[in-house]
Amino acid sequence: MNELAAMTALQNELLQLPGGDIFSQIVTIAFYVMFFVFMFYGQKINTYIMLREVEGSLYKLKYLRDEGRKIAVETIKEIGKAETDPTARVNRFLEYFTISPQSLDPAGVVWKLEHILDVREDRFKDEVKLMAPAADKTQTNNLENTLEAAMALNYIYKVIRHFYLLGKKTLSLYIIMQIQLILPLVMREAEAYASALKAFAYGQPIGDGAGALVAAKLMHGQPTRKMPKDCIVATVPIEGRTAYVIKAEGPGGNVGKTGDATKTIIEENKGKIAAVIMVDAALKLEGEVVGDVAEGVGAAIGGPGVDQFKIEETILKYRIPINAVIIKEDIGDAVSPMRKEIFDSIDTAIERIKQVILEKTKEGDKVIITGAGNTIGIS
Amino acid sequence: MKETSSSSTTKISWFVLLVIFITIALSLAAIIFAIEAFSTGQELVAGYLLLIGLLAAALSTYILFQTRKRMMHLRIKSPPVTTTIECKKCGFKSAREFKRGDYIFKEVEPCQKCNVNMLITAIYREVKEKKEKTRF
Repeated sequence: MNELAAMTALQNELLQLPGGDIFSQIVTIAFYVMFFVFMFYGQKINTYIMLREVEGSLYKLKYLRDEGRKIAVETIKEIGKAETDPTARVNRFLEYFTISPQSLDPAGVVWKLEHILDVREDRFKDEVKLMAPAADKTQTNNLENTLEAAMALNYIYKVIRHFYLLGKKTLSLYIIMQIQLILPLVMREAEAYASALKAFAYGQPIGDGAGALVAAKLMHGQPTRKMPKDCIVATVPIEGRTAYVIKAEGPGGNVGKTGDATKTIIEENKGKIAAVIMVDAALKLEGEVVGDVAEGVGAAIGGPGVDQFKIEETILKYRIPINAVIIKEDIGDAVSPMRKEIFDSIDTAIERIKQVILEKTKEGDKVIITGAGNTIGIS
Repeated sequence: MKETSSSSTTKISWFVLLVIFITIALSLAAIIFAIEAFSTGQELVAGYLLLIGLLAAALSTYILFQTRKRMMHLRIKSPPVTTTIECKKCGFKSAREFKRGDYIFKEVEPCQKCNVNMLITAIYREVKEKKEKTRF
């Protein structure tokens, strides 16, 4: 009723202007038309507006997907010196999928998942070797990481495209709304993977490698030995204690199986370990500062959970206390070249580790320090 | 898989450009007619034509700039990454742009002062962030 009163008042005002009668009639008709259009087609108009928004983001995702593929192909051509054009093989690689194991009966699902992930990794390495026969181990790892980032971009693009086309086909507000609501987060993730592409292609250290860098700094100058799988360990004297410092083997893009390595060291020492300290990069909440160091308890390690499970199983068996030191960063920082703030926080993290050792262990004790994360660009 | 060029995403559609330029031309024509109508004393017609012309010109220019802006956003930014090299003997430090093959704790060229192989001690990127004003 208020709208009608306002319209009538406006009409009366317009009638007083020169040529106001024709103009006011047009405005009145336009108002009525808009009123009925919005009453009956409001939701459809909303749907079209949302579709346009998703379409805009889809353009960007398509660009990122294509650039990702281009960077992967160019890097393979440059490093791998393949005799044939790798484009077709790269395109096929981007469509690879992994089916997670059945968890109706959850007992033993971790071992099934581990096996599937091992098969996946071996398959990826074989493919990269075929694409880039001249690449050494470091370059193979970096190429594998580059292809995985390109694969993630391809997948994100395809999922958003699926919902966009489905929404367009059904004109269902709720299908489009669910994708439009999460779109800002999806775009952030896609942009993070896009910046990761070049970091992986060039072999630059990434934010996720903060834990590995802490371990590398602690073990630098000490003899190292290889551990299962793709990990190294060094025995380092810290504050009168013996520290076994574990990290993935670098400088190629590699996360290793730090869970296996930690378990092996504990078994080698027959469980006589005073404390396990894990260092890793962790996702910060909005408002927290990049590079902030925090301390807590638990197994600080990302990934699908296999390594975390193994560490938790072993420390439970021998009742070993576990501490965690984390370096905070957001998803974009985690996969793009390491920020100065994160690099500068490495020394702070080392200081915190030493503090934990002093407070929680006695002189002569043995401790394990595990630096989790991708060791790309870190020896 | 269908092969798509990355440039196809970054190009502005010819049809969109054509529509924008036709609208700009028509809006300019409307403004000229408005001036003519004003000079012949048809103030009401001139007013309407001027309004339509200005609105159409503003809208089409806005769409053109928005389309260009969207294309400018479609770039994968590669931030400058710095490599710091240090001599462990004399403490001499130098920084240069990251080169492919660099990694932390890699031994590189000998030090200019003491001729001992230097070490890459840091690889990082610097981000200049705008500080957002917030109460929290």
